[in-house]
Amino acid sequence: MVDLDVEEPNSGLFVKGKLEETNPVYKMVPVWEKDKCTFCGNCQKVCNFNAVIQLHTQVLVFPKLCHSCYACSELCPTDALPMKPEKIGEIKTFHQDNLTFLESCLNIGQEMAVQVIAHTNKILEKDYQGQLIIIDAPPGTSCPVIEAVKDTDFVLLAAEPTPFGLHDLKLAVDTMRKLKKDFAVIINRFGLGNDKIWEYCQRQNIEILAKIPNSRTAAELYSHGKLIYKQIPQVKQEVLKIANKIRQLSGEPK
Amino acid sequence: MKEIVIISGKGGTGKTSITASLAKVANTEAVAADCDVDAADMHLLLQPDFAYSEDFYSGVIAQIDQEKCIKCGKCKDVCRFKAISIINKQYVVAPLDCEGCGYCAQICPRDAISTPHQNVGNWYISSTRLDMPLVHARLGIGAENSGKLVAKVKNEAKALAKEKNIPFLLVDGSPGIGCPVISSLSGADFVVFVTEPTVSGLHDLQRVYELIAQFKLPAGCIINKADLNIEKTKLIKQFMQQYQIYELDDINYDEKFSEAVTNGYTAAEIDKEYEEKFKNIWKKIKKIVLEKK
Repeated sequence: MVDLDVEEPNSGLFVKGKLEETNPVYKMVPVWEKDKCTFCGNCQKVCNFNAVIQLHTQVLVFPKLCHSCYACSELCPTDALPMKPEKIGEIKTFHQDNLTFLESCLNIGQEMAVQVIAHTNKILEKDYQGQLIIIDAPPGTSCPVIEAVKDTDFVLLAAEPTPFGLHDLKLAVDTMRKLKKDFAVIINRFGLGNDKIWEYCQRQNIEILAKIPNSRTAAELYSHGKLIYKQIPQVKQEVLKIANKIRQLSGEPK
Repeated sequence: MKEIVIISGKGGTGKTSITASLAKVANTEAVAADCDVDAADMHLLLQPDFAYSEDFYSGVIAQIDQEKCIKCGKCKDVCRFKAISIINKQYVVAPLDCEGCGYCAQICPRDAISTPHQNVGNWYISSTRLDMPLVHARLGIGAENSGKLVAKVKNEAKALAKEKNIPFLLVDGSPGIGCPVISSLSGADFVVFVTEPTVSGLHDLQRVYELIAQFKLPAGCIINKADLNIEKTKLIKQFMQQYQIYELDDINYDEKFSEAVTNGYTAAEIDKEYEEKFKNIWKKIKKIVLEKK
Protein backbone atom coordinates (compact mmCIF):
# COMPACT_ATOMS: atom_id res chain seq x y z
CA MET A 1 0.00 0.00 0.00
CA VAL A 2 1.29 3.43 -0.92
CA ASP A 3 0.11 6.88 0.17
CA LEU A 4 0.75 9.22 -2.75
CA ASP A 5 -1.41 12.02 -1.35
CA VAL A 6 1.94 13.64 -0.56
CA GLU A 7 0.53 17.01 0.49
CA GLU A 8 -1.66 15.49 3.20
CA PRO A 9 -0.72 11.83 3.68
CA ASN A 10 -3.35 10.31 5.99
CA SER A 11 -3.35 6.56 5.27
CA GLY A 12 -0.67 6.15 7.91
CA LEU A 13 -3.14 7.24 10.57
CA PHE A 14 -5.06 4.03 9.92
CA VAL A 15 -2.38 1.60 8.75
CA LYS A 16 1.13 1.90 9.97
CA GLY A 17 3.16 -1.00 11.32
CA LYS A 18 6.84 -0.93 12.17
CA LEU A 19 8.98 1.78 10.60
CA GLU A 20 11.74 0.07 8.63
CA GLU A 21 13.40 2.93 6.84
CA THR A 22 13.13 6.60 5.91
CA ASN A 23 14.50 7.79 2.60
CA PRO A 24 14.83 11.41 1.56
CA VAL A 25 13.45 12.61 -1.78
CA TYR A 26 15.61 15.11 -3.56
CA LYS A 27 15.09 17.27 -6.57
CA MET A 28 17.98 18.62 -8.59
CA VAL A 29 18.35 22.38 -8.66
CA PRO A 30 21.05 24.63 -10.10
CA VAL A 31 23.52 26.25 -7.74
CA TRP A 32 25.25 29.42 -8.93
CA GLU A 33 29.03 29.48 -8.93
CA LYS A 34 30.01 33.11 -8.98
CA ASP A 35 33.66 32.62 -10.02
CA LYS A 36 32.70 30.85 -13.25
CA CYS A 37 29.86 33.17 -14.28
CA THR A 38 30.31 35.57 -17.18
CA PHE A 39 26.85 37.15 -16.80
CA CYS A 40 25.87 36.26 -20.34
CA GLY A 41 22.20 36.05 -19.31
CA ASN A 42 21.53 32.73 -21.04
CA CYS A 43 20.29 30.97 -17.90
CA GLN A 44 17.55 33.50 -17.31
CA LYS A 45 16.62 33.41 -20.98
CA VAL A 46 16.16 29.63 -21.16
CA CYS A 47 14.27 29.22 -17.88
CA ASN A 48 10.52 29.03 -18.54
CA PHE A 49 9.65 29.09 -14.85
CA ASN A 50 11.33 32.31 -13.69
CA ALA A 51 13.47 30.23 -11.36
CA VAL A 52 16.75 31.85 -12.47
CA ILE A 53 17.05 35.63 -12.48
CA GLN A 54 20.19 37.55 -13.41
CA LEU A 55 20.86 40.81 -11.63
CA HIS A 56 23.82 43.16 -12.19
CA THR A 57 26.24 41.42 -9.87
CA GLN A 58 24.60 38.11 -9.17
CA VAL A 59 22.40 35.31 -10.42
CA LEU A 60 19.51 34.36 -8.15
CA VAL A 61 18.11 30.83 -8.16
CA PHE A 62 14.64 30.16 -6.70
CA PRO A 63 14.73 26.41 -6.00
CA LYS A 64 11.00 26.17 -5.23
CA LEU A 65 10.12 27.34 -8.74
CA CYS A 66 12.63 25.02 -10.42
CA HIS A 67 11.23 22.06 -12.41
CA SER A 68 14.65 20.36 -12.68
CA CYS A 69 14.77 20.50 -16.49
CA TYR A 70 18.57 21.13 -16.50
CA ALA A 71 18.32 23.67 -19.35
CA CYS A 72 20.06 26.54 -17.51
CA SER A 73 22.73 24.23 -16.18
CA GLU A 74 23.58 22.35 -19.37
CA LEU A 75 23.28 25.36 -21.66
CA CYS A 76 25.54 27.52 -19.48
CA PRO A 77 28.68 28.13 -21.56
CA THR A 78 30.96 28.18 -18.49
CA ASP A 79 29.31 25.51 -16.31
CA ALA A 80 28.51 28.09 -13.68
CA LEU A 81 25.20 26.43 -12.67
CA PRO A 82 25.93 22.82 -11.66
CA MET A 83 22.88 20.83 -10.51
CA LYS A 84 22.82 19.80 -6.85
CA PRO A 85 20.24 17.88 -4.84
CA GLU A 86 17.76 19.64 -2.56
CA LYS A 87 15.54 17.68 -0.16
CA ILE A 88 11.83 18.20 -0.89
CA GLY A 89 10.23 15.26 0.90
CA GLU A 90 10.66 11.76 2.26
CA ILE A 91 9.39 8.24 1.90
CA LYS A 92 8.86 6.08 4.96
CA THR A 93 8.58 2.31 4.66
CA PHE A 94 6.56 0.38 7.24
CA HIS A 95 5.82 -3.32 7.71
CA GLN A 96 2.74 -4.78 9.31
CA ASP A 97 2.28 -8.56 9.08
CA ASN A 98 2.69 -9.22 5.36
CA LEU A 99 1.75 -5.69 4.28
CA THR A 100 4.34 -3.17 3.18
CA PHE A 101 3.23 0.42 3.54
CA LEU A 102 5.01 3.33 1.88
CA GLU A 103 4.20 6.85 3.02
CA SER A 104 5.33 9.52 0.62
CA CYS A 105 5.38 13.05 2.00
CA LEU A 106 6.09 16.53 0.64
CA ASN A 107 8.02 18.91 2.91
CA ILE A 108 5.96 21.87 4.07
CA GLY A 109 6.72 24.99 2.04
CA GLN A 110 7.68 22.97 -1.03
CA GLU A 111 5.41 23.31 -4.05
CA MET A 112 6.38 20.42 -6.31
CA ALA A 113 4.17 17.56 -5.17
CA VAL A 114 4.59 15.92 -8.59
CA GLN A 115 8.31 15.40 -8.16
CA VAL A 116 7.81 13.49 -4.88
CA ILE A 117 5.09 11.34 -6.48
CA ALA A 118 7.25 10.64 -9.54
CA HIS A 119 10.18 9.61 -7.34
CA THR A 120 7.95 7.23 -5.36
CA ASN A 121 6.64 5.74 -8.60
CA LYS A 122 10.21 5.01 -9.66
CA ILE A 123 10.81 3.11 -6.42
CA LEU A 124 7.60 1.11 -6.98
CA GLU A 125 8.73 0.20 -10.46
CA LYS A 126 12.19 -0.82 -9.31
CA ASP A 127 11.54 -2.61 -5.99
CA TYR A 128 7.94 -3.80 -6.05
CA GLN A 129 7.39 -4.99 -9.58
CA GLY A 130 4.91 -7.83 -9.97
CA GLN A 131 3.35 -7.17 -6.58
CA LEU A 132 -0.17 -5.94 -5.95
CA ILE A 133 0.02 -2.20 -5.21
CA ILE A 134 -2.84 -0.15 -3.77
CA ILE A 135 -2.35 3.61 -4.03
CA ASP A 136 -4.09 6.35 -2.06
CA ALA A 137 -4.06 9.12 -4.68
CA PRO A 138 -4.26 12.90 -4.21
CA PRO A 139 -7.54 14.75 -4.91
CA GLY A 140 -8.40 16.90 -7.92
CA THR A 141 -7.79 16.62 -11.65
CA SER A 142 -4.44 18.35 -12.17
CA CYS A 143 -0.82 17.27 -12.29
CA PRO A 144 -0.48 15.42 -8.93
CA VAL A 145 -3.43 13.09 -9.73
CA ILE A 146 -2.17 12.44 -13.23
CA GLU A 147 1.27 11.53 -11.92
CA ALA A 148 -0.21 9.23 -9.26
CA VAL A 149 -2.48 7.23 -11.58
CA LYS A 150 -0.25 7.25 -14.66
CA ASP A 151 1.25 3.79 -14.21
CA THR A 152 -1.78 2.09 -12.66
CA ASP A 153 -3.91 -0.68 -14.16
CA PHE A 154 -7.23 0.22 -12.56
CA VAL A 155 -8.66 3.24 -10.76
CA LEU A 156 -11.33 3.32 -8.06
CA LEU A 157 -13.17 6.63 -7.78
CA ALA A 158 -14.68 7.33 -4.37
CA ALA A 159 -17.59 9.78 -4.36
CA GLU A 160 -20.35 11.05 -2.10
CA PRO A 161 -23.94 11.14 -3.38
CA THR A 162 -24.26 14.93 -3.07
CA PRO A 163 -24.12 17.63 -5.79
CA PHE A 164 -20.49 18.36 -4.82
CA GLY A 165 -19.66 14.68 -4.99
CA LEU A 166 -21.34 14.25 -8.38
CA HIS A 167 -19.69 17.34 -9.84
CA ASP A 168 -16.21 16.24 -8.71
CA LEU A 169 -16.88 12.66 -9.86
CA LYS A 170 -17.72 13.88 -13.37
CA LEU A 171 -14.39 15.71 -13.49
CA ALA A 172 -12.59 12.62 -12.23
CA VAL A 173 -14.32 10.44 -14.85
CA ASP A 174 -13.30 12.88 -17.61
CA THR A 175 -9.72 12.76 -16.33
CA MET A 176 -9.62 8.94 -16.29
CA ARG A 177 -11.12 8.77 -19.78
CA LYS A 178 -8.52 11.20 -21.05
CA LEU A 179 -5.83 9.00 -19.51
CA LYS A 180 -7.55 5.93 -21.02
CA LYS A 181 -7.79 4.22 -17.63
CA ASP A 182 -10.22 1.50 -16.61
CA PHE A 183 -12.17 2.58 -13.55
CA ALA A 184 -15.15 1.94 -11.30
CA VAL A 185 -16.99 3.98 -8.69
CA ILE A 186 -17.39 3.47 -4.95
CA ILE A 187 -20.21 5.49 -3.41
CA ASN A 188 -19.27 6.54 0.10
CA ARG A 189 -21.84 7.75 2.65
CA PHE A 190 -24.54 6.03 0.63
CA GLY A 191 -28.00 7.13 1.79
CA LEU A 192 -27.02 10.78 2.03
CA GLY A 193 -28.08 13.29 -0.61
CA ASN A 194 -29.90 11.94 -3.67
CA ASP A 195 -29.83 9.33 -6.47
CA LYS A 196 -28.21 11.53 -9.10
CA ILE A 197 -24.83 9.82 -8.83
CA TRP A 198 -26.44 6.43 -9.44
CA GLU A 199 -28.36 7.82 -12.43
CA TYR A 200 -25.19 9.33 -13.84
CA CYS A 201 -23.27 6.06 -13.55
CA GLN A 202 -26.14 4.15 -15.22
CA ARG A 203 -26.26 6.63 -18.08
CA GLN A 204 -22.51 6.57 -18.55
CA ASN A 205 -22.32 2.82 -18.16
CA ILE A 206 -19.94 3.07 -15.21
CA GLU A 207 -19.73 0.19 -12.78
CA ILE A 208 -20.64 0.98 -9.16
CA LEU A 209 -18.51 -1.44 -7.24
CA ALA A 210 -19.71 -0.78 -3.71
CA LYS A 211 -21.98 1.45 -1.66
CA ILE A 212 -20.59 2.24 1.78
CA PRO A 213 -23.60 3.11 3.96
CA ASN A 214 -23.68 6.50 5.67
CA SER A 215 -23.78 6.51 9.46
CA ARG A 216 -22.70 8.66 12.31
CA THR A 217 -21.05 5.61 13.90
CA ALA A 218 -18.80 5.28 10.84
CA ALA A 219 -17.83 8.95 11.13
CA GLU A 220 -17.06 8.47 14.83
CA LEU A 221 -14.92 5.38 14.21
CA TYR A 222 -13.04 7.26 11.51
CA SER A 223 -12.48 10.20 13.84
CA HIS A 224 -10.64 7.87 16.25
CA GLY A 225 -8.47 6.44 13.49
CA LYS A 226 -10.26 3.06 13.57
CA LEU A 227 -10.94 0.92 10.53
CA ILE A 228 -14.68 1.11 9.98
CA TYR A 229 -15.17 -2.24 8.29
CA LYS A 230 -14.04 -4.11 11.40
CA GLN A 231 -16.97 -2.76 13.42
CA ILE A 232 -19.86 -2.33 10.97
CA PRO A 233 -20.87 -5.54 9.13
CA GLN A 234 -22.66 -3.66 6.31
CA VAL A 235 -19.47 -1.77 5.60
CA LYS A 236 -17.41 -4.93 5.72
CA GLN A 237 -19.71 -6.53 3.16
CA GLU A 238 -19.09 -3.62 0.77
CA VAL A 239 -15.34 -3.51 1.40
CA LEU A 240 -15.17 -7.23 0.60
CA LYS A 241 -16.75 -6.51 -2.79
CA ILE A 242 -13.92 -4.08 -3.49
CA ALA A 243 -11.32 -6.55 -2.25
CA ASN A 244 -12.78 -9.25 -4.50
CA LYS A 245 -12.62 -6.95 -7.51
CA ILE A 246 -8.98 -6.19 -6.77
CA ARG A 247 -8.18 -9.90 -6.41
CA GLN A 248 -9.93 -10.60 -9.67
CA LEU A 249 -8.01 -7.83 -11.43
CA SER A 250 -4.70 -9.05 -10.10
CA GLY A 251 -5.45 -12.56 -11.30
CA GLU A 252 -5.93 -14.18 -7.90
CA PRO A 253 -8.83 -16.58 -7.33
CA LYS A 254 -11.81 -15.16 -5.38
CA MET B 1 -9.98 45.79 1.07
CA LYS B 2 -9.28 42.76 3.28
CA GLU B 3 -8.75 39.28 2.00
CA ILE B 4 -10.01 36.26 3.94
CA VAL B 5 -8.99 32.80 2.73
CA ILE B 6 -10.77 29.65 3.86
CA ILE B 7 -8.81 26.40 3.71
CA SER B 8 -9.10 22.90 5.09
CA GLY B 9 -6.07 20.81 4.22
CA LYS B 10 -8.33 18.09 2.90
CA GLY B 11 -11.73 17.62 1.31
CA GLY B 12 -14.86 16.52 3.13
CA THR B 13 -14.58 18.89 6.08
CA GLY B 14 -17.35 21.17 4.83
CA LYS B 15 -15.09 23.99 3.68
CA THR B 16 -17.08 24.97 0.62
CA SER B 17 -20.48 24.76 2.38
CA ILE B 18 -19.12 26.94 5.18
CA THR B 19 -17.57 29.43 2.75
CA ALA B 20 -20.88 29.68 0.88
CA SER B 21 -22.73 30.17 4.16
CA LEU B 22 -20.36 32.98 5.10
CA ALA B 23 -20.91 34.43 1.64
CA LYS B 24 -24.64 34.35 2.27
CA VAL B 25 -24.40 36.32 5.53
CA ALA B 26 -21.63 38.65 4.29
CA ASN B 27 -24.01 39.57 1.51
CA THR B 28 -23.00 42.85 -0.19
CA GLU B 29 -19.90 43.26 2.00
CA ALA B 30 -17.78 40.80 0.04
CA VAL B 31 -16.73 39.49 -3.34
CA ALA B 32 -16.45 35.70 -3.40
CA ALA B 33 -13.58 33.94 -5.19
CA ASP B 34 -13.51 30.19 -5.77
CA CYS B 35 -9.80 29.33 -5.77
CA ASP B 36 -10.34 25.58 -5.47
CA VAL B 37 -9.94 25.55 -9.25
CA ASP B 38 -9.25 21.81 -9.41
CA ALA B 39 -12.69 20.97 -8.09
CA ALA B 40 -14.57 24.25 -8.08
CA ASP B 41 -17.88 23.62 -6.31
CA MET B 42 -19.05 27.01 -5.02
CA HIS B 43 -21.04 27.63 -8.17
CA LEU B 44 -23.32 24.71 -7.30
CA LEU B 45 -24.63 26.72 -4.34
CA LEU B 46 -24.35 30.27 -5.65
CA GLN B 47 -25.66 29.66 -9.19
CA PRO B 48 -23.50 32.14 -11.05
CA ASP B 49 -24.57 33.42 -14.47
CA PHE B 50 -21.09 33.13 -16.10
CA ALA B 51 -21.71 36.66 -17.42
CA TYR B 52 -18.08 37.37 -18.22
CA SER B 53 -15.77 34.61 -19.43
CA GLU B 54 -12.17 34.59 -20.58
CA ASP B 55 -9.77 31.87 -21.70
CA PHE B 56 -6.73 31.38 -19.52
CA TYR B 57 -3.43 30.72 -21.21
CA SER B 58 -0.44 29.61 -19.20
CA GLY B 59 2.58 27.43 -19.66
CA VAL B 60 3.73 25.92 -22.91
CA ILE B 61 3.85 22.50 -24.53
CA ALA B 62 6.44 21.54 -27.10
CA GLN B 63 5.38 20.74 -30.67
CA ILE B 64 7.67 19.21 -33.26
CA ASP B 65 7.36 20.29 -36.89
CA GLN B 66 7.92 17.00 -38.75
CA GLU B 67 8.83 18.83 -41.98
CA LYS B 68 11.77 20.54 -40.30
CA CYS B 69 12.84 17.64 -38.03
CA ILE B 70 16.10 15.95 -39.07
CA LYS B 71 15.66 13.19 -36.46
CA CYS B 72 18.94 13.95 -34.65
CA GLY B 73 17.32 12.89 -31.35
CA LYS B 74 18.80 15.73 -29.30
CA CYS B 75 15.38 16.76 -28.00
CA LYS B 76 14.70 13.27 -26.72
CA ASP B 77 18.14 13.12 -25.07
CA VAL B 78 17.73 16.34 -23.08
CA CYS B 79 14.12 15.84 -21.99
CA ARG B 80 14.13 14.96 -18.28
CA PHE B 81 10.41 14.17 -18.35
CA LYS B 82 10.49 11.37 -20.94
CA ALA B 83 7.93 13.36 -22.90
CA ILE B 84 9.49 12.71 -26.32
CA SER B 85 9.34 9.29 -27.92
CA ILE B 86 9.74 7.79 -31.38
CA ILE B 87 6.45 6.70 -32.90
CA ASN B 88 6.41 5.46 -36.51
CA LYS B 89 9.95 6.77 -36.96
CA GLN B 90 8.89 10.26 -35.92
CA TYR B 91 9.83 12.18 -32.78
CA VAL B 92 6.58 12.98 -30.96
CA VAL B 93 5.76 14.91 -27.77
CA ALA B 94 3.31 13.41 -25.25
CA PRO B 95 1.43 16.52 -24.06
CA LEU B 96 0.53 15.16 -20.64
CA ASP B 97 4.18 14.36 -19.89
CA CYS B 98 5.61 17.61 -21.26
CA GLU B 99 6.57 19.91 -18.41
CA GLY B 100 6.83 22.96 -20.67
CA CYS B 101 10.46 23.72 -19.87
CA GLY B 102 11.33 24.39 -23.51
CA TYR B 103 14.78 22.81 -23.28
CA CYS B 104 14.11 20.74 -26.40
CA ALA B 105 13.22 23.87 -28.39
CA GLN B 106 16.43 25.55 -27.21
CA ILE B 107 18.62 22.66 -28.28
CA CYS B 108 16.99 21.79 -31.63
CA PRO B 109 19.52 22.56 -34.38
CA ARG B 110 16.76 23.18 -36.96
CA ASP B 111 14.32 25.25 -34.91
CA ALA B 112 11.79 22.52 -35.53
CA ILE B 113 10.23 22.75 -32.07
CA SER B 114 7.75 25.46 -31.15
CA THR B 115 6.31 26.05 -27.68
CA PRO B 116 2.83 27.56 -27.99
CA HIS B 117 1.04 28.75 -24.85
CA GLN B 118 -1.69 26.43 -23.66
CA ASN B 119 -5.30 27.21 -22.95
CA VAL B 120 -5.47 25.55 -19.51
CA GLY B 121 -8.93 26.71 -18.50
CA ASN B 122 -11.42 29.54 -18.25
CA TRP B 123 -12.21 32.11 -15.62
CA TYR B 124 -15.46 33.96 -15.02
CA ILE B 125 -17.00 36.96 -13.30
CA SER B 126 -20.60 36.21 -12.39
CA SER B 127 -23.59 37.62 -10.64
CA THR B 128 -25.05 35.02 -8.31
CA ARG B 129 -28.44 34.29 -6.80
CA LEU B 130 -27.04 35.92 -3.65
CA ASP B 131 -26.20 39.60 -3.77
CA MET B 132 -22.48 39.11 -4.11
CA PRO B 133 -20.46 38.64 -7.27
CA LEU B 134 -18.37 35.50 -7.72
CA VAL B 135 -15.06 35.16 -9.53
CA HIS B 136 -14.42 31.55 -10.42
CA ALA B 137 -12.62 29.30 -12.87
CA ARG B 138 -12.56 25.95 -14.53
CA LEU B 139 -9.23 24.21 -14.97
CA GLY B 140 -8.87 21.96 -17.99
CA ILE B 141 -8.58 18.25 -17.33
CA GLY B 142 -5.02 17.30 -16.43
CA ALA B 143 -3.85 20.88 -16.87
CA GLU B 144 -0.72 22.23 -15.26
CA ASN B 145 -0.40 25.63 -13.65
CA SER B 146 -3.39 25.50 -11.35
CA GLY B 147 -1.39 27.81 -9.07
CA LYS B 148 -1.31 30.45 -11.77
CA LEU B 149 -5.04 30.16 -12.42
CA VAL B 150 -5.62 30.57 -8.67
CA ALA B 151 -3.54 33.76 -8.74
CA LYS B 152 -5.54 35.00 -11.73
CA VAL B 153 -8.91 34.39 -10.03
CA LYS B 154 -7.71 36.17 -6.91
CA ASN B 155 -6.31 39.16 -8.73
CA GLU B 156 -9.47 39.58 -10.77
CA ALA B 157 -11.61 39.32 -7.62
CA LYS B 158 -9.42 41.93 -5.92
CA ALA B 159 -9.73 44.28 -8.86
CA LEU B 160 -13.51 43.83 -8.83
CA ALA B 161 -13.72 44.54 -5.09
CA LYS B 162 -11.66 47.70 -5.51
CA GLU B 163 -13.69 48.87 -8.48
CA LYS B 164 -17.01 48.37 -6.69
CA ASN B 165 -15.66 49.55 -3.35
CA ILE B 166 -16.51 46.27 -1.62
CA PRO B 167 -14.55 45.90 1.65
CA PHE B 168 -13.94 42.12 1.81
CA LEU B 169 -12.75 39.31 -0.39
CA LEU B 170 -13.91 35.84 0.62
CA VAL B 171 -11.73 33.16 -0.92
CA ASP B 172 -12.54 29.44 -1.04
CA GLY B 173 -8.96 28.10 -1.00
CA SER B 174 -7.44 24.97 -2.49
CA PRO B 175 -6.72 21.79 -0.56
CA GLY B 176 -3.28 20.51 0.37
CA ILE B 177 -0.04 22.36 1.06
CA GLY B 178 1.41 22.52 -2.49
CA CYS B 179 1.44 25.10 -5.25
CA PRO B 180 -2.31 25.93 -5.55
CA VAL B 181 -2.77 26.55 -1.83
CA ILE B 182 0.45 28.56 -1.58
CA SER B 183 -0.95 30.65 -4.40
CA SER B 184 -4.32 30.96 -2.58
CA LEU B 185 -2.59 32.22 0.56
CA SER B 186 -0.30 34.83 -0.93
CA GLY B 187 -1.61 38.29 -0.12
CA ALA B 188 -4.18 37.09 2.43
CA ASP B 189 -5.03 39.14 5.54
CA PHE B 190 -6.62 36.33 7.50
CA VAL B 191 -6.89 32.57 7.15
CA VAL B 192 -9.85 30.49 8.33
CA PHE B 193 -9.24 26.77 8.83
CA VAL B 194 -12.20 24.48 8.56
CA THR B 195 -11.33 21.28 10.31
CA GLU B 196 -13.02 18.27 11.87
CA PRO B 197 -12.16 16.41 15.08
CA THR B 198 -10.71 13.31 13.41
CA VAL B 199 -7.22 11.86 13.32
CA SER B 200 -6.77 13.18 9.79
CA GLY B 201 -8.36 16.56 10.58
CA LEU B 202 -5.88 17.23 13.36
CA HIS B 203 -2.95 15.94 11.31
CA ASP B 204 -3.84 18.13 8.31
CA LEU B 205 -4.42 21.16 10.52
CA GLN B 206 -0.94 20.81 11.98
CA ARG B 207 0.65 20.54 8.54
CA VAL B 208 -1.28 23.39 7.00
CA TYR B 209 -0.63 25.54 10.09
CA GLU B 210 3.10 25.14 9.59
CA LEU B 211 2.63 26.54 6.11
CA ILE B 212 0.62 29.51 7.43
CA ALA B 213 3.33 30.13 10.02
CA GLN B 214 5.88 30.44 7.20
CA PHE B 215 3.65 33.15 5.71
CA LYS B 216 3.23 34.73 9.18
CA LEU B 217 -0.53 35.03 8.68
CA PRO B 218 -3.09 35.39 11.47
CA ALA B 219 -5.60 32.54 11.50
CA GLY B 220 -8.85 31.36 13.03
CA CYS B 221 -10.53 28.00 13.12
CA ILE B 222 -14.01 26.56 12.72
CA ILE B 223 -14.39 22.99 13.99
CA ASN B 224 -17.04 21.26 11.95
CA LYS B 225 -18.76 18.11 13.28
CA ALA B 226 -17.31 19.09 16.68
CA ASP B 227 -19.41 16.64 18.70
CA LEU B 228 -18.26 13.66 16.65
CA ASN B 229 -15.20 13.21 18.84
CA ILE B 230 -15.06 15.44 21.89
CA GLU B 231 -11.58 14.30 22.83
CA LYS B 232 -10.17 15.32 19.42
CA THR B 233 -12.07 18.62 19.54
CA LYS B 234 -10.26 19.31 22.82
CA LEU B 235 -6.92 18.48 21.24
CA ILE B 236 -7.63 20.84 18.34
CA LYS B 237 -8.54 23.60 20.80
CA GLN B 238 -5.32 23.01 22.73
CA PHE B 239 -3.41 23.27 19.48
CA MET B 240 -5.26 26.49 18.64
CA GLN B 241 -4.42 28.02 22.00
CA GLN B 242 -0.81 27.03 21.79
CA TYR B 243 -0.38 28.75 18.43
CA GLN B 244 -2.75 31.68 19.00
CA ILE B 245 -5.26 30.60 16.41
CA TYR B 246 -8.60 32.35 17.02
CA GLU B 247 -11.45 30.07 18.04
CA LEU B 248 -14.23 31.14 15.69
CA ASP B 249 -16.95 28.58 16.40
CA ASP B 250 -17.91 24.91 16.61
CA ILE B 251 -20.55 23.33 14.43
CA ASN B 252 -22.03 19.99 15.47
CA TYR B 253 -22.42 16.95 13.24
CA ASP B 254 -25.65 17.52 11.37
CA GLU B 255 -26.89 15.88 8.20
CA LYS B 256 -28.99 18.99 7.55
CA PHE B 257 -25.76 20.40 6.13
CA SER B 258 -25.62 17.79 3.37
CA GLU B 259 -29.38 18.11 2.90
CA ALA B 260 -29.04 21.84 2.31
CA VAL B 261 -26.27 21.25 -0.24
CA THR B 262 -28.33 18.54 -1.94
CA ASN B 263 -31.12 21.04 -2.38
CA GLY B 264 -28.74 23.71 -3.64
CA TYR B 265 -28.77 25.91 -0.55
CA THR B 266 -26.20 27.07 1.98
CA ALA B 267 -26.69 25.97 5.58
CA ALA B 268 -27.29 29.60 6.54
CA GLU B 269 -30.47 29.57 4.46
CA ILE B 270 -32.24 26.50 5.79
CA ASP B 271 -32.28 27.29 9.46
CA LYS B 272 -32.56 30.49 11.53
CA GLU B 273 -30.15 29.08 14.10
CA TYR B 274 -27.48 28.49 11.46
CA GLU B 275 -28.07 31.90 9.99
CA GLU B 276 -27.37 33.46 13.41
CA LYS B 277 -24.34 31.24 13.87
CA PHE B 278 -22.76 32.28 10.59
CA LYS B 279 -23.63 35.93 11.17
CA ASN B 280 -21.71 35.72 14.45
CA ILE B 281 -18.73 34.01 12.84
CA TRP B 282 -18.65 36.65 10.11
CA LYS B 283 -18.83 39.42 12.74
CA LYS B 284 -15.93 37.86 14.63
CA ILE B 285 -13.82 37.54 11.49
CA LYS B 286 -14.48 41.15 10.50
CA LYS B 287 -13.59 42.38 13.97
CA ILE B 288 -10.26 40.50 14.04
CA VAL B 289 -9.33 41.54 10.51
CA LEU B 290 -10.19 45.20 10.98
CA GLU B 291 -8.30 45.39 14.29
CA LYS B 292 -5.16 43.95 12.72
CA LYS B 293 -2.94 46.37 10.96
